[in-house]
Amino acid sequence: MRKRKLAPKLTPGEAKERWADAHPPFSHDEYVHEANRCLYCYEAPCIVACPTQIDIPSFIKKIAFDDLKGSARTILEANPLGGSCARVCPTEVLCEGACVYNRWDRPPILIGRLQQVAMDHVFEEKYEPLPPEPKRPEKIAVVGAGPAGLSCAAVLARKGYGVTIYDAQEKAGGLNTYGVAMYKATPKYSLREVASIRKLGVRFRQGVRIGNRIKVSDLLSGNAAVFMGPGLGKETRLGIPGENLRGVMPALDFLEEIHVKPVDTVRAGNTVVIVGCGNTAIDAARAAKRLGATNVIVLYRRTENEMPAYQKEHDEAVAEGCEFRWLTNPVKIMGRGTVTGIRCVTMKLGAKDASGRRRPVPVKGSEHTIECDQVVYSIGQGVDTTFMAAIEGLKTDRKGLVRVNAESMETSVPRLFAGGDCINGGKEVVNAAQDGKVAANAINEMIKNAKGVPHDRSHS
Amino acid sequence: MTDLTADLAGIRSPNPFWLASGPPTNTEYQVARAFDAGWGGAVWKTVGEPIVNVSSRYSSVDLGGRRMMGLNNIELITDRTIEDNLREIESIKRTYPDHAVIVSLMVESKREVWHEIVKRSEDTGADGLELNFGCPHGMSERGMGSAVGQVPEYAEMITGWVKEVARTPVIAKLTPNVTDVRPIAQAAFRGGADAVSLINTINSITGVNLDTLVPSPTVAGLTSHGGYCGPAVKPIALNMVSSIAADPEAPIPISGIGGIEKWQDAAEFILLGSSNVQVCTAVMHYGFRIIEELTGGLATWMESKGFETIEDFRGKTVETVTNWNDLDLSYKVVAEIDRKTCINCKLCYIACEDGAHQSIELVKSKGEFWPKVMDDLCVGCNLCHLVCPVDGCIQMVEVDAGKGDTWKKRMAKLEG
Repeated sequence: MRKRKLAPKLTPGEAKERWADAHPPFSHDEYVHEANRCLYCYEAPCIVACPTQIDIPSFIKKIAFDDLKGSARTILEANPLGGSCARVCPTEVLCEGACVYNRWDRPPILIGRLQQVAMDHVFEEKYEPLPPEPKRPEKIAVVGAGPAGLSCAAVLARKGYGVTIYDAQEKAGGLNTYGVAMYKATPKYSLREVASIRKLGVRFRQGVRIGNRIKVSDLLSGNAAVFMGPGLGKETRLGIPGENLRGVMPALDFLEEIHVKPVDTVRAGNTVVIVGCGNTAIDAARAAKRLGATNVIVLYRRTENEMPAYQKEHDEAVAEGCEFRWLTNPVKIMGRGTVTGIRCVTMKLGAKDASGRRRPVPVKGSEHTIECDQVVYSIGQGVDTTFMAAIEGLKTDRKGLVRVNAESMETSVPRLFAGGDCINGGKEVVNAAQDGKVAANAINEMIKNAKGVPHDRSHS
Repeated sequence: MTDLTADLAGIRSPNPFWLASGPPTNTEYQVARAFDAGWGGAVWKTVGEPIVNVSSRYSSVDLGGRRMMGLNNIELITDRTIEDNLREIESIKRTYPDHAVIVSLMVESKREVWHEIVKRSEDTGADGLELNFGCPHGMSERGMGSAVGQVPEYAEMITGWVKEVARTPVIAKLTPNVTDVRPIAQAAFRGGADAVSLINTINSITGVNLDTLVPSPTVAGLTSHGGYCGPAVKPIALNMVSSIAADPEAPIPISGIGGIEKWQDAAEFILLGSSNVQVCTAVMHYGFRIIEELTGGLATWMESKGFETIEDFRGKTVETVTNWNDLDLSYKVVAEIDRKTCINCKLCYIACEDGAHQSIELVKSKGEFWPKVMDDLCVGCNLCHLVCPVDGCIQMVEVDAGKGDTWKKRMAKLEG
């Protein structure tokens, strides 16, 4: 029987080095130089590529002109979560991916890093670039203090509404606080953004899980409108024997532990197997490597061509020493009490399935065992169906995602709006920020124009 | 074989690059380093009765992250004694007999004072004298420098005094702080000058510090206007050089000065009539070593053009600079955008739409809007070609070679 081995313990110095900020702030010289590289395109493609449509050439020109306050205002007008998005956005597939420099075979403008300059300025100088308008009497409730809820709350608070956020966790921020790769943004960045939103007058009620004592219907009767951004439920389980062994866990739990404890106190297994190849799986793989795991092996039942993760994330994981085994599917987790290995079968790609991807089928007689000390899985996250089912009149789609009017984010329940992962199944922070902003503007319209939401009510 | 030897009014140097009078030519130590690095000549920092300089002295204009596009100074002439300067000049000339060593002079406007300094300067063995009629700050308040260079009669008179005793060529250094530089060049010519050098620095305030609300360089909370130089001033200098080169009343060799940083700048000054060039700001920015890139680039270009000597192309461009009234009104170019290299930044579109003649439209293709020139509306102004960041993407294409239809001819026809 193989004995479970832990990763070699890191000294605090080593831990600090491994978890260093992947995007250290630009110095004045660096950001002026980079900002001046921007061509200031007309009808710039980077704006179109940004889900919140920040006027990127304008905020960059303001940085070039040393007007960081004006720059922050431009960012926050379009994206209330400009601070966290600067760090966690997959810019290479969004704004930077659309930069005209790519067409010119030159490195694109580092838009995320420049946005970070303007937003760091706000947080470090502690000022509010967009002060709230005079107070209004209407109250709004927001369910979930993740990116969607925070964005909605910030926009409404700036318009003068009294906003209360209800959130089940101890700290606000949702996945920004508990789930984002720490080398992109530590909880510190998420929490200072939360603090800035609190300063706008938003009330936070942490540790309150809506659906228990307080129901959504209670919030609807006590408020002018309710926005919900509860995110998704638990990660989909593997559904194979051995899943309950010690050392087997969903990726979000694994990542959360690093966020709530000092990283040099968290021990990973010496060999960590990651099951799944989405962005969360890769975050977990890279985190395991940083925790000191000697071997990190990512298993995916299809190939690199089909992986849901961004290419850049994969490439960086490879560069950091993570190993990828394609066409490998786990069938059983081995061990007695504690995990010692994972039994896998080799796959091959067959005919296309409903998703248009070639369906993996097992190769006969290809079973093999990978010895390991920890198994972390991330193969998808479903909606919290119990929570949704409890809301009377709420329409969801086949996957259980909440259906909303795309123009207003209003659900089938009047005055109940929704956004973020619960409507899109799990996208980026920036998508949630946009949903929250759109919903906030629709709520404002609805209240100001007491007749109701001025859009058609067909649900997408 | 390319020969870079230059000759300005009989003063020969191994190449046309001289250090202009300024901080880099303040000491024998510096000039020796410069000659070792490959500079062809040096005009010593202006010698005269020693003055006292202030602290601080320089300020600059940055552009788009590029430092020192323009440099401003409120430094005066040398603050070392005449004896120290002349002794070092004599020593350097002895050590470097083949390099051009010029003494820049500025003394009070008295005939005997000028006579004395000219004689003492020439006793060093220097190859020539440069009369500083250009310094625009400080010295001008004391009736020297540009105070002389702005009044043709004074310039002619002092040049005349110098020529009464000078045995070496005399160069009058001109100020650009005049509406037309030609009368000053003519005056220097009438006074007997063997050459003119231009431009000296331009009156300037480079900016105001928006925290302290005082311009730089700041001296105890105040400033004074300074002299502007560096790459930003080259176009002004080129225009002045070419106007003198084309002036029949000032048939005098020219030493070109003003923002020369690249070999291309030097070639342009020579094409517009300069016999050699003088450089200062580029050395203050990068050091003497930049001479390697200057001489190397110039020689390579000359070779590619089949020019064997500086004289082969000196002044070749002068006759292409004419009066606006002699330009052909029937000649026409239009812009052509190469879709293959276009990166679709649309800077051409917005420049034309807001800043020029509304001749570019956006046409949808493959899900994107692309700029397209409307040939019938395009006036051929060049603006889109200038703003386009991609080399060669927007070309100006000749659509009418012209029929010699100038404004002057049209007016003549009307009057006739």
